[in-house]
Amino acid sequence: MAQKRKVRIMVAKPGLDGHDRGARIIARAYRDAGFEVIYTGLHQTPEEIVEAAIQEDVDMIGLSSLAGAHKYLFPRVLEILREKGAEDIVVCGGGIFPEEDIAALKKAGIKEIFTPGSSLDEIVKWVEDNIKPR
Amino acid sequence: MKSTAEKVVAGDIRAVARLIRDIDDGMPEIREVLKEIYPYTGKAYVIGITGAPGAGKSTLVDRMITHLRKEGKTVGVLAVDPTSPFSGGAILGDRIRMQRHSMDEGVFIRSLATRGHFGGLTQSTRGAIDVLDAMGKDFILVETVGVGQDEVEVVKSAHTTIIVVVPGMGDDVQAIKAGILEAGDIFLINKADREGAEKTAGDLRLMIDMDQEKYRKGAWRPPILKAQAVADKGVAELVEEIHNHGRYLFETSDDIKLGKKRVRVREELTDMVEKRILEEVINNITKTAEFDRAVDSIVSGDTDPYTACEELVLPALGLSE
Repeated sequence: MAQKRKVRIMVAKPGLDGHDRGARIIARAYRDAGFEVIYTGLHQTPEEIVEAAIQEDVDMIGLSSLAGAHKYLFPRVLEILREKGAEDIVVCGGGIFPEEDIAALKKAGIKEIFTPGSSLDEIVKWVEDNIKPR
Repeated sequence: MKSTAEKVVAGDIRAVARLIRDIDDGMPEIREVLKEIYPYTGKAYVIGITGAPGAGKSTLVDRMITHLRKEGKTVGVLAVDPTSPFSGGAILGDRIRMQRHSMDEGVFIRSLATRGHFGGLTQSTRGAIDVLDAMGKDFILVETVGVGQDEVEVVKSAHTTIIVVVPGMGDDVQAIKAGILEAGDIFLINKADREGAEKTAGDLRLMIDMDQEKYRKGAWRPPILKAQAVADKGVAELVEEIHNHGRYLFETSDDIKLGKKRVRVREELTDMVEKRILEEVINNITKTAEFDRAVDSIVSGDTDPYTACEELVLPALGLSE
């Protein structure tokens, strides 16, 4: 008997900002939607995030950043995933970003960006529609 | 092209991570892989760490990793957190305390949710222990809240079981005596700078010493240690006691050792048989049109659940005439 595959998501905060309220609320919403959420805490380097994501075999990484370094940190996570042959792990981002950055991040390969205007329902639904546990 | 088992034995992180996922998800394919890796298991030393939420287990594990790494040992960690019985989801946050080790190639950390299906935790944790063992980890630390049958089973299969308590939770000592006290090889009072550490130590000593088994000649008498894991105080002593306990285990006579192994193997095999039977039988009953019809009839009042259950189960087990 195969138990139903569970979606596993890592919620991570790269960089130096200490504002994790948003990340925690997202983690909670994901849990309530039936996903398994691995939360790694504050001040993570992209290297640490990718290593943890591989060990935890997650389907998706949700990056949260409010400190302005997203233009470097988010694509760097993608780059390391590629180096490790783990580019099948989807990466999304959340935070406050200027419009032009959102376009650039998506172009770099971040699958979706959520901003303060996104509702929790929307964020959860996006996962349900786009992330299929392997 | 290497097989999954070959990759695991070679220490391929991705393969290990995925195999543990497949074990957790109960994929039938894993049975063949587990068979293949079994000959490579049995070398790791397994440590169970259990205690109430907030006792500081994850922080303690983090410090233990550091000490074991200093000895040149490789470490695997399985951190178990509860699944929400309402949504089926889980927030696995033990890793936060251990993230400093994530770039260390000698350390593999995996969070597991209890999920809770037919003793599923025991099965999947044992499977995951085998995987980490086969990949060559010297020490495997399994951290659980230690509540409920499943989690007790998990810590029981460890070589050394550490029970973590904090001072000032008098009733907590009461709570752990139900079933898990007997499983403790080492007791650790964490946050020992808090008021009441001495009293907790005294209470524990009393309770442990009531266990007559511990008075057998040459039996292991569980030490009670004090620590402040967050300040790395008392952790070196804990690791030393773990090694002592390990030496005790391996120096006891072969008769006792084999006897113990036989008991453990018997328990594990019984669990495995139980789980397999449940797997094979339950789906044949609950995933059928008859089952759905039975539900409808109970809801509409045409039958009662007792009759319906009998009508479903007996024929499936070949017990009806």
